[in-house]
Amino acid sequence: MKIQLLKLAHARSGDKGDTANVGLIALREDYYPLLVREVTAARVREHFEGICRGEVERFELANLGALNFLLHESLGGGGTLSLMTDAQGKTFSTALLRMFIEVPDEEARSLGIKEGTSDK
Amino acid sequence: MKEKIRIASGQGFWGDMLDAPVRQVKGGQIDYLMLDYLAEVTMSIMQKQRARDPRAGYARDFVPLMREILPDCVERNIRVTANAGGVNPVGCAEAVRDVARELGLGGRLRIGTVTGDDIMGRLDEFLERGIELRNMDTNEPLSKVRDAIQSANVYLGAWPMVEALQGGAQVVITGRATDTGLTLAPLINEFGWREDDWDRLSAGTIAGHIIECGAQSSGGNCQYDWQSIPDLANVGFPIVEAAPDGTFVVTKHEGTGGIVSIPSVKEQLVYEMGDPHEYITPDCVADFASIQLEDAGTNRVRVHGIKGHPATEFLKVSISYSAGYKAVGTLVYSWPDAYAKARAADQILRARLERLGLRFDQILTEYVGANATHGRLAGEPSPDLPEVQLRIGVRGADRAAVERFTKEIAPLILTGPPGVTGFAGGRPKVEEIVAYWPALIPKTEINARVEVTEA
Repeated sequence: MKIQLLKLAHARSGDKGDTANVGLIALREDYYPLLVREVTAARVREHFEGICRGEVERFELANLGALNFLLHESLGGGGTLSLMTDAQGKTFSTALLRMFIEVPDEEARSLGIKEGTSDK
Repeated sequence: MKEKIRIASGQGFWGDMLDAPVRQVKGGQIDYLMLDYLAEVTMSIMQKQRARDPRAGYARDFVPLMREILPDCVERNIRVTANAGGVNPVGCAEAVRDVARELGLGGRLRIGTVTGDDIMGRLDEFLERGIELRNMDTNEPLSKVRDAIQSANVYLGAWPMVEALQGGAQVVITGRATDTGLTLAPLINEFGWREDDWDRLSAGTIAGHIIECGAQSSGGNCQYDWQSIPDLANVGFPIVEAAPDGTFVVTKHEGTGGIVSIPSVKEQLVYEMGDPHEYITPDCVADFASIQLEDAGTNRVRVHGIKGHPATEFLKVSISYSAGYKAVGTLVYSWPDAYAKARAADQILRARLERLGLRFDQILTEYVGANATHGRLAGEPSPDLPEVQLRIGVRGADRAAVERFTKEIAPLILTGPPGVTGFAGGRPKVEEIVAYWPALIPKTEINARVEVTEA
């Protein structure tokens, strides 16, 4: 089934020059392996197609149940050069939480995850 | 040696809640108050202020704040570390000394200043000697923007502040010091950590990272279950309660709002994170993959297990340079067809700019309410949106062209699509762009200077 990341993770994002960073944090420890498997740098690059113009790097932080993504060339030049409302990439966090990943039904059931976008 | 010390965060940036540091001082027991005032562009603003008035060029808010809290700080021996000095730490220290004397505290405290971060006057010397100060992001040599440079400051670490604290400073005022150093310096001072104790220096650095953005680790801007975070109106800024072995608890004062929880701390840990295995500061290289978090009670998160690596041979330099002009104009379009009207207005405006022969490096149009933050990820806007704000910005080297653009927004009200409003603020302002140039310099080139004087 397709599950939206909003149901599996929370996130915070920020900037370093023209690079946005998104820290994606598993809502529960046992969701983390799922994120590691499905939310790859390539998938994130595809998700942000047209928004991120450079490479996407991914770093694993198993101790925090978190992944850190660097989205290069994403902020219209960055800092004061950028004309964007979100020149500092603060909303890239929630933009990533829009992503859907495919989870086998049985795995989803064992983790207690229901299909869709939100429990609330 | 004390068994633990409490370091309170009072300011996450210049412009943060004015009363937060006061509430940190008056709301409970603390040993140190750290205040971070400097964003990357702040230095160039201060440089301009000092050019107009040699006594200016620092975070002015800091002086009235000292007036309010200095008596308590002296009475209870709370020591302050602040990078409020901007491009004029000495001027800032003089202003604080004047305040201390007015309060009748003359002779009862010492003020430390850290200088040596300002390398504006040495740039040509460096360039001549082959220190190119290449842009860390683009690898371009500094000579490309040499004539446009407005400020150049090295990020100093914790050690000069430690020296000031050891000299008995109650208040330490620095220029461009790292945010994390403001927390690490008190820990080194109290616990006598060695210069090569990389694990503990990294622990202190990570403690600094957790509290340097103020309430962003204690419930502010926290996505995790945000609706259940209590009483943000009365949000408590974070406090680090640290032990000599480098472990610490993140907490906040009793009776304040917000929350300190594992998710709130995790969100701050990943904020502005690069390679988490190598968080580089002048003092050490911290490994965020070593951090262990543990629930230690209500609004208490224990942090331990931190490992670090030796510091590098370089310091980061923050250079600001003038990079042209920009302006952003907005108009609001209402139902029906709000989004279609805003798009039509954008087309009309662009055609007029074209006809006027105005050239820009970039024109960016966003539709606030439809897709300004998430772009195409937000999906196709509903045809039924109640309103959409057209937000259009330009930038370029030619100030006159940007100025002319600002005069083309209001005419759209009477000459464009219907149902438009939201121009009460008048013409957009032309802003000079001060851009940021990060570079590295060998540590051996820089000498921090520390002075501690009686107020």
